Amino acid sequence: MNWESARQFWEMGGYGFFVWGSYGVTALLVAAELLLLARRTKQARALATQDAALARIDAERRSGS
Amino acid sequence: MSEPQSSAARLPGAPGFNLFHYASPQTFYPLAGRLLWPCWLLAAALCAIGLYIGFFVAPTDATQGDSYRIIFIHVPAAWMSMVVYLAMAFWCIVGLIFNTRLSFMMSSALAPTGALWAFVALWTGALWGKPTWGTYWVWDARLTSELILFFLYCGYMALQAAIDDPRRADRAGALIAIVGAVNVPIIYFSVKWWNTLHQGASVSLTAAPTMATTMLWGMLVMALAAWAYTVGAALLRVRAIMIERERHTDWVRQLAQGGGSRT
Repeated sequence: MNWESARQFWEMGGYGFFVWGSYGVTALLVAAELLLLARRTKQARALATQDAALARIDAERRSGS
Repeated sequence: MSEPQSSAARLPGAPGFNLFHYASPQTFYPLAGRLLWPCWLLAAALCAIGLYIGFFVAPTDATQGDSYRIIFIHVPAAWMSMVVYLAMAFWCIVGLIFNTRLSFMMSSALAPTGALWAFVALWTGALWGKPTWGTYWVWDARLTSELILFFLYCGYMALQAAIDDPRRADRAGALIAIVGAVNVPIIYFSVKWWNTLHQGASVSLTAAPTMATTMLWGMLVMALAAWAYTVGAALLRVRAIMIERERHTDWVRQLAQGGGSRT
C-alpha cells in the first residue's frame, strides 16, 4: 500500500498539482467530448425526424391532388 | 470503380460472405449501435483497473517520486494520438480506392477524438516535464512533432468544416490525413534520430521493457481502456454523421419514423 491517509494520497508526495492537473483535465475533456457527442446525436435525430415528416406531408399532398 | 457489391468484392472461397456488406451506412448503423455499450463498459472497467494498479499497486518511483504516475495517462494518450491518425489515413485511402462514403465518415468521426488524445499527451507531458526537467515546454523533436500532429488534426477538422459539399470536403481532408501521416513515424522515431530531452521508449516491440512490471501493467491496461473509449466515441460520432449526411435517404427516413428506436 502506497498511502497511509487520504491526505497523503491527495498530496502525491508533493507532486499533487502535476498529477491531479493531468488526470483532472483529461477527465474533464473526456466528459466534455461525451456530452458534445450526445448533443450532436440528439440534434441529428431531431433533424432527421423533421425531414421525414416533411417528406411524408409532401408525398401525401402529391398523391391527394 | 466497380460497385462495392460486385462479385470481385467477395472473398474467394467464402461464397455468400461479402467483404463490403458493412460498407454501406444502412447496414453499418445498427452494427455500430450494438457495439457502443460493450465499448463503454470495457473502457470503464479497464480504466478502473488501470487506475487501481497505477495508484495503489505500482510503487513510488525511486528517482521521480510520485510525479511519474502521470505516465498512466501520458503514454496511452500519446499512443492513441498516433494510432488514431494512422487509422484516419487508412480509412481515407480505402475511401479513395473503393469510393466508399462510409470510409470517409469513419475518418471524420475519428478526428476529434484523435485531437483530444494529442492535446492530452501534450498537456500531461508539460505537467510531467516541469517537475522532472524543470520546464513545461521545450522545442525538442518529440514535443514539436507531437504539437504538429495536434495541428494536423485541427487542420483536418477546420478544412472539412469549411467546405460545404461533403464529397469535396472528404477528398480535401483525405489529402491532409494521408500526407500528414508521414509525421507519425517522425514522432515515434524522433527520440532515436535526434538528441532529445524526451527519453527513449520504455516499451518497444523489439526489446524488453525497461520499467517495473506493475508500472508496465498499469500503463498497458490504461492503454486498452483508451482504445475501448476511442472505438466507442468514434462509433457514436459516425452514427451521428451518417444521419446528418444521409437524412434525405429512405433508410434514415424509415429510421426516423420508427420513433427513434435505439438500433
